[in-house]
Amino acid sequence: MITTFLIDSLDRRGRIVVGLLVALALLVPAGNLLVPEGNVFHVSTYQLTLCGKYLTYALLALSVDLVWGYCGILSLGHGAFFALGGYAMGMYLMRQIGTRGVYADPLLPDFMVFLNWKELPWFWQGFDMAWYALLMVVLVPGLLALVFGWLSFRSRVTGVYLSIITQALTYALLLAFFRNDMGFGGNNGLTDFKDILGYPIQAPGTRAALFAASALMLAIGFVIASAVVRSKLGKVLVAIRDAESRTRFIGYRVEHYKLFVWTLSAAMAGIAGALYVPQVGIINPSEFDPAASIEAVIWVAVGGRGTLVGPLIGAVAVNFGKTWFTGVLPEVWLYALGALFVVVTLFLPRGIVGLWDKLVTGRAKPAVEANGAGRQTGEAA
Amino acid sequence: MAFLRLLAILAALIAGLQPALAVRIADADLSSHVVALGVGGFDAAEKAIADLAATGDDRVPTILDRLGNGELMVRKADGAVFAVEKAGLDFRLTDLVTGVGAGLAPKAAVEKIKVNNRIRRAIASAVGALTLMSPDPSVRRAAAEAVMKSADVAAIPVLDQAIAAETVADIRSAMLAARATALLASDAPEADKVASIAAIADLGSRDALGFLSGYTSAEGAVGAAARKAAAVIESRLMLWDVGQNLWYGLSLGSVLLLAAIGLAITFGVMGVINMAHGEMVMIGAYATFTAQEAIRSSWPELFDYSLLIALPVAFLTAALAGILIERLVIRWLYGRPLETLLATWGVSLMLQQAVRSLYGANNREVGNPAWMSGAFAVGDIQVTWTRLWIILFALAVFFALIGVLKRTRLGLEMRAVTQNRQMAAAVGIRTPLVDALTFGLGSGIAGLAGVALSQIDNVSPNLGRGYIIDSFMVVVFGGVGNLWGTLVGALTLGVANKMLEPYAGAVLGKIILLVAIILFIQKRPRGLFALKGRAVEA
Repeated sequence: MITTFLIDSLDRRGRIVVGLLVALALLVPAGNLLVPEGNVFHVSTYQLTLCGKYLTYALLALSVDLVWGYCGILSLGHGAFFALGGYAMGMYLMRQIGTRGVYADPLLPDFMVFLNWKELPWFWQGFDMAWYALLMVVLVPGLLALVFGWLSFRSRVTGVYLSIITQALTYALLLAFFRNDMGFGGNNGLTDFKDILGYPIQAPGTRAALFAASALMLAIGFVIASAVVRSKLGKVLVAIRDAESRTRFIGYRVEHYKLFVWTLSAAMAGIAGALYVPQVGIINPSEFDPAASIEAVIWVAVGGRGTLVGPLIGAVAVNFGKTWFTGVLPEVWLYALGALFVVVTLFLPRGIVGLWDKLVTGRAKPAVEANGAGRQTGEAA
Repeated sequence: MAFLRLLAILAALIAGLQPALAVRIADADLSSHVVALGVGGFDAAEKAIADLAATGDDRVPTILDRLGNGELMVRKADGAVFAVEKAGLDFRLTDLVTGVGAGLAPKAAVEKIKVNNRIRRAIASAVGALTLMSPDPSVRRAAAEAVMKSADVAAIPVLDQAIAAETVADIRSAMLAARATALLASDAPEADKVASIAAIADLGSRDALGFLSGYTSAEGAVGAAARKAAAVIESRLMLWDVGQNLWYGLSLGSVLLLAAIGLAITFGVMGVINMAHGEMVMIGAYATFTAQEAIRSSWPELFDYSLLIALPVAFLTAALAGILIERLVIRWLYGRPLETLLATWGVSLMLQQAVRSLYGANNREVGNPAWMSGAFAVGDIQVTWTRLWIILFALAVFFALIGVLKRTRLGLEMRAVTQNRQMAAAVGIRTPLVDALTFGLGSGIAGLAGVALSQIDNVSPNLGRGYIIDSFMVVVFGGVGNLWGTLVGALTLGVANKMLEPYAGAVLGKIILLVAIILFIQKRPRGLFALKGRAVEA
């Protein structure tokens, strides 16, 4: 029943996206494992892993869009939730190394032996169990978001103030995770993973499975986001985005709505991080860099915020550009990225999806996002 | 004889450093006294030593020190005295007065000048007299400190003489402490040692504490006295440490103030989050570098004024860049602060890359003019001139800006636009022009901050990145639209940061501060000194 409700909540475009993602989850791993090399339809392991990474970025972008595009909360610290989910997964993977580490300690990860630690810290307990680690992937970012959001939304910290303190949050976490004493591997982070759920992490089959999991997770995230924004709750969120005070005066408890979507979004970002780590094989504090979080915001802006398809397109397009540029013209990449920020905010307030709507289908929806955001923040200014 | 050597080296060093104060007699006169050393017989040698000391020549301590070490020999042929060094079977001779080599001599041709304990005492008192009783107070102070470090028992009789003759109070107390140090190392009676500890405790320095820590575990009255004295010194030093941290905090606060004050204006007046603000600081630093390079190559005699010349250059460059950004990007985004934030972030990426392309990714060296280098001490607090000038400069910029805001037409219009944009426009203020000029002013001040930061930080394309989050914290903490809030915010955060550092470490201290600010914003969402009134309500 819930499934039918969720599927019913998709519009035509949403069904295409979900169908496409499910097809990707099946066809790309098949292209990697079954189609022989040399065939046009063969997908190399490098391409597979790269695409899998893009899909986790897309899930992160979707979570940013959920709060920014639909609720007007510009988070410059969503990378923190992404990284926390990644660290939770990384801790599980570290515990799976067991005696195969350099120091062959059955209990302690290598970096702890190196730092002369004798016991496993309390917060590492339980991470040898996959179910516990997966629970933490959602719980840790979710709880942090819950506490942070409860404090901030209750005291009505909005607009740029909220953006700045989210940035401060991820910056504080960046500094914290750089410290060796924290017990998260310091500067080097967690790496050199061996197994996931008993399967060797480098094996083609495992990589294909991780890709499929990323695609499916993105599809599920998309369906959930779609259900949220198309429900009555979603309408209230848009109302908050467009005129927060007015929504409050009508009688809605604005902070409850914000807190719900904020926590949901953080948990989604955490899952994205957890899928990202086994595919790239490392997690280190640089994921907490405020610059990384701002980059995630631009993916959403490029794709088109306030639409659910936009962030997916934006994340894949920008990261494809990044991979291509940094390979061919590394010094041009920062110019390109910088220009992208400026051009998109100045000329494409509704992103690629908005442009598509205008040019191709010609049914330009009322530009509620741009105007709405303008009105809302105009009041604040 | 370790302390004699120390004293001798010290005397030589000081003589080399301060030629004006060095006492020198004619080489021939000194030579005649040196020859007397080799006449033979301990009585004669003792007299010769006294005569040498009486000359007061600054070469004497070295000569006597070598005598004490048995390095002096008499050439049998003419009775001349040389410093010798073994060279195979022969000896290499060096003239003691001129330091010129005098060839080799076979072992049979020279004879060592014999030294007994009486002669050693004579040497000690002579060298001590030359340094501890030197007419130059700085030589005396250094000599006393050297004895303090070496804690040589042999120095006690000389010190007694020197103390009796000393007129400068704090040199005298340094000598007393040195004597006490030597006494503690000797086998003097316990009562004397306890008195010595009191004398050392009077000194109150870190050296004294280090010395006393050697005795705190001793038994009996000496140990007890040492523990008590150490506790007293520690609490005194702790106070000085607090003072030092306060100074570091003010210094950091002034840097934060410089970096944040321009941001406070643009944020306060226009509600614009300029993420490229850090890059304006960077542009100012690179403008300083460029100006200084030009001065170095074309007008090197102006080098000491290069920073003063760089001030207007940096201000104008950064202000121009700011006005360009405002005209090209930001003015299209008014009323949409979140978009402005993203667009200026893009601008900051491009500026960083542009500077990297122009100047390279490596750090650039900006020189210190002479009047900014060096340091002096206030009590136990080390004060570098650079830091002092930056504090003064930050305050000067701050008050100049207050002056501009309160006393000029532009300032009046800026304040009007801050308080109520629509009303300001309605009474005829050209708000777009005010916006552009405000942005230019804020950016120009960031450029000035760049001049100051070029003196204490690496001038690299990432310079601005390091300050942007801290600057935002200052502005948000202090309250938007209020420069006094920025001043208080910057100094508070600077001092709090440096006060936390000794206890929590640099990184953890900063994390604690960030979390504290995040929590503070919850309590006072508009900062410490919030603007009140309808205009700021959402």
